[in-house]
Amino acid sequence: MGGVYLDFEQPIRKVIERIEEMRRIADTEGLDVHDEIEKLETKLAKVRDDVYRKITPYQRVQLARHPNRPFALDYINSVFEDFIELHGDRQFRDDPAIVGGWALFGGKPVMVIGQQKGRDTKEKIYRNFGMAHPEGYRKAMRLMKMAEQYGRAIVTLIDTQGAYPGIEAEERGQAEAIARNLREMAMLRVPLVAIVIGEGGSGGALALGVGNRVLMMENAIYSVISPEGCASILWRDAEEKEKAARALKIDAAHLMKFGIIDEIIDEPNGGAHMDFAGTAANMSKVLDKHLSQLRRLSEEDLVTQRVEKFSHMGEFEE
Amino acid sequence: MSWFRKEKRGPKVQPKKVIPDNIWIKCEACGETLYKKEVEANLNVCTRCSFHYGLTPDQYAALLLDSGSFLEHDSVMSSVDTLSFVDRKKYSERLDQMVKKTGRNEAVVAASGKIDKIDVQLSVMDFSFIGGSMGSVVGEKIARSIRRSLDGHQPLIIISRSGGARMMEGIFSLMQMAKTSAYLGRMREENIPYFSIMTHPTTGGVTASFSMLGDINIAEPGALIGFAGPRVIKQTIRQDLPDGFQRAEFLLEHGMLDMVVPRRQMRYTLIRLLHFMLD
Repeated sequence: MGGVYLDFEQPIRKVIERIEEMRRIADTEGLDVHDEIEKLETKLAKVRDDVYRKITPYQRVQLARHPNRPFALDYINSVFEDFIELHGDRQFRDDPAIVGGWALFGGKPVMVIGQQKGRDTKEKIYRNFGMAHPEGYRKAMRLMKMAEQYGRAIVTLIDTQGAYPGIEAEERGQAEAIARNLREMAMLRVPLVAIVIGEGGSGGALALGVGNRVLMMENAIYSVISPEGCASILWRDAEEKEKAARALKIDAAHLMKFGIIDEIIDEPNGGAHMDFAGTAANMSKVLDKHLSQLRRLSEEDLVTQRVEKFSHMGEFEE
Repeated sequence: MSWFRKEKRGPKVQPKKVIPDNIWIKCEACGETLYKKEVEANLNVCTRCSFHYGLTPDQYAALLLDSGSFLEHDSVMSSVDTLSFVDRKKYSERLDQMVKKTGRNEAVVAASGKIDKIDVQLSVMDFSFIGGSMGSVVGEKIARSIRRSLDGHQPLIIISRSGGARMMEGIFSLMQMAKTSAYLGRMREENIPYFSIMTHPTTGGVTASFSMLGDINIAEPGALIGFAGPRVIKQTIRQDLPDGFQRAEFLLEHGMLDMVVPRRQMRYTLIRLLHFMLD
């Protein structure tokens, strides 16, 4: 994966570029650099370990937002097969910030729905940076209801900084669209697995997140508010995002400890963006396990399990 | 999520504004000098421009319920600082201060009562407690209120007034949106009316969960109601917001509300609706 490296990834970049350089020399000069490359690969593993062992909460946020990270369609095209995209909410328009359709997982039909970010500027704008309008959430619900009608499991892939905050979004009922999804998802009579693949940003993420299982990629985040937003409100300074990221405890390990998520999906050394295929393989394995478990439950039990799961979330004294 | 964001252009009235302790007050919506006792006698509604100032949960319950029927539930339930959250202040200290200041344990009062002799479940949010923000306790008390509605087959009324989710409880506060909405899913399997009443202001994760899910959605006149706060929208789109944007009347026009009802007519409106919807 070439392209963008974050500041704290620079030591990794140096080694990767050295390896590429070696390979180029080997190709053009016909030299045997096998030993050198092997040494560098060992060094790369060590450098990656060093970098990721010391990763700060805000660096994790940066990883979750990494421009090279696999997005929803990357997973849809690797973890799933034979995807056929379905469009539109039947009320207003098709929202490209959310994609969805039928696909096969392990040979069985499922409905897969995800928030889609853009890779280049043009696509980023087309996808509205993965921030859906109400019609995006309504499309997602239409597809989920269709899956229910045909008795197919649903997989959602969450990756958004949040629902889009704009005039038209408010006019068309952003709050209503999210609220309705939360209520209707809870009542779906088919298995539903939600996977936070990158950014799980607030209500806009939760609107695809009411699953029987909620899984999280190792470097994903899931939060009630962005660290920047939290910092600008509570510290009155968006630059305090490092402190906010630490305070909010939004990484997979914390959320696992809190009982908010059911399993963490490992990412290959260096993060999902370093190895799409390895990442997809990890996701397939974990998703298969959970879907198999859920397919054994009755329709009524699926609803009960989901409602109960969320009803237990919260910490208080009385 | 944005419970003490300063709003530069949004409401001219600070929502937590308590009408000051003197004889004359100045309405911050219309600027008129008003006789305080007159405003109070008018249910905290400006006698000139009809701006609806907040009511405490007790005042709102008294306005809606048959006298003597109020019975509070879960009043001892209180928040815990699971994240050990510290911003410029410790969350645990913030909570202590709030409890002292408001005399309440949390930002919602849940009660049973009667309206025109009909048993109902009523929850009223309290903006003075950390901006009426929803953490675990608010979510749990609302959820239990819904459960009592289900168990007793009693109509549900929730009066919202909130800046949204409570950041200091992190992911737990976000999950309260799912919890309350999931219970409302159960409500829809039964024929039990749910009236959601939105008052100034209702934003963020509260709007985007139980508030918007009423069988009947009602708002007080002039109430600011939205998902994103006006400041966030303005920052995002870098444009001025239209007049009246995100006000109750705007939401009515855009199909998000069934009606805008002045406070004085709220009880009577609910009685009429209850009789249409109950056997």
